[in-house]
Amino acid sequence: MAPARAPNLRVSPTRNDRSIASGATLANGHAAAVARLAEDFGGEQTALLPMLHALQEEFGYIDDLMVPTVAAALNLSRADVHGVVTFYHDFRRQPPGRHRVRLCRAESCQARGAVAIERIATERLGLRMGETSADGRVTLDAVYCLGLCATGPNAMIDDVPVSRLDPTTLDRLLGDLTR
Amino acid sequence: MTRVYVSKDMAAVALGADAVAQALSDAGAQVVRTGSRGLFRLEPLVEVETPEGRVGFGPVAAADAALVLDGSHPARLGDVSAMPFFARQRRLTFARCGVIDPLSLDDYEAHGGWRGLAAASAMPPQAAIDAVKASGLRGRGGAGFPTGIKWQTVHDAPGPIKYIACNADEGDSGTFADRLLMEGDPFCLIEGMAIAGYAVGAERGYIYIRSEYPFAIRTMREAIARAASIVAPFVLEVRVGAGAYVCGEETAMLDSIEGKRGEVRAKPPLPAIAGLFGRPTVINNVLSLAAVPFILSKGGEAYAAIGFGRSRGTMPVQLAGNVRNGGLFETGFGITLGELVMDIGGGTESGRPVKAVQVGGPLGAYFPPSMFDLPFDYEAFAAAGGLIGHAGITVFDDTVDMAHMARFAMEFCAHESCGKCTPCRIGSTRGVELIDRLIAGEDRAADAVERLPQMRNIARGTRPAEEEIELLRDLCDTMKFGSLCALGGFTPYPVLSALDHFPQDFGAAAAPISSAAAE
Repeated sequence: MAPARAPNLRVSPTRNDRSIASGATLANGHAAAVARLAEDFGGEQTALLPMLHALQEEFGYIDDLMVPTVAAALNLSRADVHGVVTFYHDFRRQPPGRHRVRLCRAESCQARGAVAIERIATERLGLRMGETSADGRVTLDAVYCLGLCATGPNAMIDDVPVSRLDPTTLDRLLGDLTR
Repeated sequence: MTRVYVSKDMAAVALGADAVAQALSDAGAQVVRTGSRGLFRLEPLVEVETPEGRVGFGPVAAADAALVLDGSHPARLGDVSAMPFFARQRRLTFARCGVIDPLSLDDYEAHGGWRGLAAASAMPPQAAIDAVKASGLRGRGGAGFPTGIKWQTVHDAPGPIKYIACNADEGDSGTFADRLLMEGDPFCLIEGMAIAGYAVGAERGYIYIRSEYPFAIRTMREAIARAASIVAPFVLEVRVGAGAYVCGEETAMLDSIEGKRGEVRAKPPLPAIAGLFGRPTVINNVLSLAAVPFILSKGGEAYAAIGFGRSRGTMPVQLAGNVRNGGLFETGFGITLGELVMDIGGGTESGRPVKAVQVGGPLGAYFPPSMFDLPFDYEAFAAAGGLIGHAGITVFDDTVDMAHMARFAMEFCAHESCGKCTPCRIGSTRGVELIDRLIAGEDRAADAVERLPQMRNIARGTRPAEEEIELLRDLCDTMKFGSLCALGGFTPYPVLSALDHFPQDFGAAAAPISSAAAE
């Protein structure tokens, strides 16, 4: 059973980002959000993924702080929730950058030159796959297939899909992410 | 006002369709957003309604709006459905895709929608199951299990509560048919699920869509809301995945819907007996369920009349990767791989020779052009050491390094393994290391553990490449027969097929194919 108050509540260090709520407001805000979502989705285990998606949509990531609250709302153990958060690639435990660049690494994009595009992107941004820039501007992630397999190399830049990436287009698109 | 049709499919949008639609709208046209026709080299495709029918132009840039509207655009295609790529198809499942407004109930009904559901509702549930059995429809997700038999099992299973779960976790690279259908004709899937629900006695259905398909998620949710009263009392809900490839495995998908880690369950019990929340559950792929409205409205025999051997009906083949005419080609089984890649696909887009094609996604085998006479058929592919899978064909030109692709298959398996069974979890990582050593061309020295005195049964000396390859085959054998699901079990297909058909890419040591390859 999940304890009503977790003994080890702490805000995980938020890395280099000012756009995401600080620990204090997160603590105040997330409990209300979890209560509201439990109401919306029903307080059972099957609501866990929809709830985590909604929390990540609202707060940008799933802070470790949220785990006990979610567990209590769905009558799960903290281990259950932690296990799910860490299993799925989509759920982030650190704040993301203000922009998110996802490059497809799957076979069909590789057949169309994705390896070169990935190299250019990592060099241009100075990041490896999965890293966020020090100024919190951009997160570079890998994605395994966007289903646009005849027109690669493909990317999702924030919520916009882009096909037929070439070095020039990529440079322009990354250059647009200055804010 | 001129009416024009522009796709709002994710692939078209990724190529600039939104800007084209906006420009046409600004120029005074009435823009209808459709799904995609499925030939992506034409996107953004604009079809202009004229007294002689729709006239296509593509690809079109936003700046070309005026030229399209006055008919002088150089990329004039005429009647798109008469182009060879489309005229050669047998579109049963995808008949409406790219033609209608996906969210218009009027359009759906005017193009033959809901007739399957009406026919099913007018017959006893058993008769609907019999129609699906008679059609010979086999699971389009890859396993090829007869859909009617699965439905019968769920129908016969005792219990008041049953579920329909649609697997729309289309994670295989080189496949996009599920996405195309959900974005282009969502009511077709809803109708298929409602028929399944009626046939087996289920009142609730889930559609599990991967998070990488935001457009499909939006369209399906909206379509479900619009069709709710039509399919009632059947209730549908979209569940969104979270980036785990393994959740495309049916039991992992069930666990994910239940709110757990997407770990594969051991079978038995079959999901048809104890599936979602422990209840009898039909799990079908999007394409299987979307084929059902045709089968019920036209009869199982009409569907079974097309096909080859024990593979009946049509298969929406997806041509992907480095191919000129990439897109969706729905056709009867039996067409050869070479026809698909060379005649219809038009060879590589780069213009270089085809070196390999991977059929069936990341877990499918790589075939060289020398095997292009293989007919598209579940049994023929299995006999050739491969699988049809979800019918995605990824084409590679001669610049591809097959040792690198084999390594990627292992790397992908390691990245996506759910961790439940050892052959997949550990084997994939050992596989990456092995192939890395092969690529580097280094003989491997015995390590500290292998030199221990108690390790009596292993070789002490340096291991040459021949032995490394033997070890790789041995590892693949363990993964193939020891893994709990297809992720670990099928990863050997791309690895071994790359090794068998393209040994030159693995260095000289790989050249003689050992007896283990006879598998």
